[in-house]
Amino acid sequence: MVDKRRTHSRRHATVLQMTLDPLIHSRMRLAIVSALAGGQVLSFGDLKRLLGTTDGNLSVHARKLERAGYITCHKGFQARTPKTEYRLTETGRGALEAYIDHMDRILEVARKKA
Amino acid sequence: MIQDLPPMRGPEPPEVQATNDLRSIREMMARSASFTAVPGWGMVAMGLTALPAALLAAAQPTPDQWLAVWLLDAVLATSIGVVTLVRKAGRRGLSLASGPGRRYILSLAPPMVAGLLLTGALWRAEDLSLLPGLWLLLYGTGTVTGGAYSVSPVRILGLSFMALGAIAILVPMSWGNVLLCAGFGGLHTIFGVIIAKYYGG
Repeated sequence: MVDKRRTHSRRHATVLQMTLDPLIHSRMRLAIVSALAGGQVLSFGDLKRLLGTTDGNLSVHARKLERAGYITCHKGFQARTPKTEYRLTETGRGALEAYIDHMDRILEVARKKA
Repeated sequence: MIQDLPPMRGPEPPEVQATNDLRSIREMMARSASFTAVPGWGMVAMGLTALPAALLAAAQPTPDQWLAVWLLDAVLATSIGVVTLVRKAGRRGLSLASGPGRRYILSLAPPMVAGLLLTGALWRAEDLSLLPGLWLLLYGTGTVTGGAYSVSPVRILGLSFMALGAIAILVPMSWGNVLLCAGFGGLHTIFGVIIAKYYGG
């Protein structure tokens, strides 16, 4: 019985991962997109402190989102200090909304089954 | 292409994953939004009250009246700050009673209370010469510590106040009005514009 449930759960998880946007379906990238959805423009340092992560980790994930057009990155100087700022694009906002819709649908299906 | 696959989330059923993801999204949005809930335009308004206060304070014949002018300005500026903070948080659907908003207020409040008590003590001792430096330093301290839960301009604002406070305790009292105006007027206005421009009003 327990094995059956596990197999069922694994199948659902596979379907979930196949249909979800792989760019957002990562804890760090989901957190970056969510933070920018709530905070408008955030600097690299602000994002790093909000997410509690390292420079390298944030850079890698932010670059992936930037390449996909989900976020924009603006590099400039503030009082001679380099400053990198991130902003969520309309594409990124749409992707986050689609992801939230998908999660809502999963919960709706689960509620109907229960 | 294994490296392109999304990371596994463990053996939880999809509905548990979905619940966790939705909770993470909500929490992160709330954290980042309250991170930027410091009211930029409110800060500008607070700053604009400091210039007339400095002019009025400079024209007062007695130290007590000088103190009364600055205390009235402090009450006015604090009221503007509180109202605009609550309004900006309200626009974003945030509660200041939880999360970074609460931590910001709890970090800012103790130095403000200490400043009020020390102001009373110095007034009783009839020595107001240290007040400009004391106010600038304590407000700067509260802003730096509160800024630990907010965007970087807030921390830079706090450090700038502390720098002005350090100058104020070294120079004669006659510079007090100028330094208070530069801090509570100038710094609030400059950083308020920056915060309003980049962090949503």
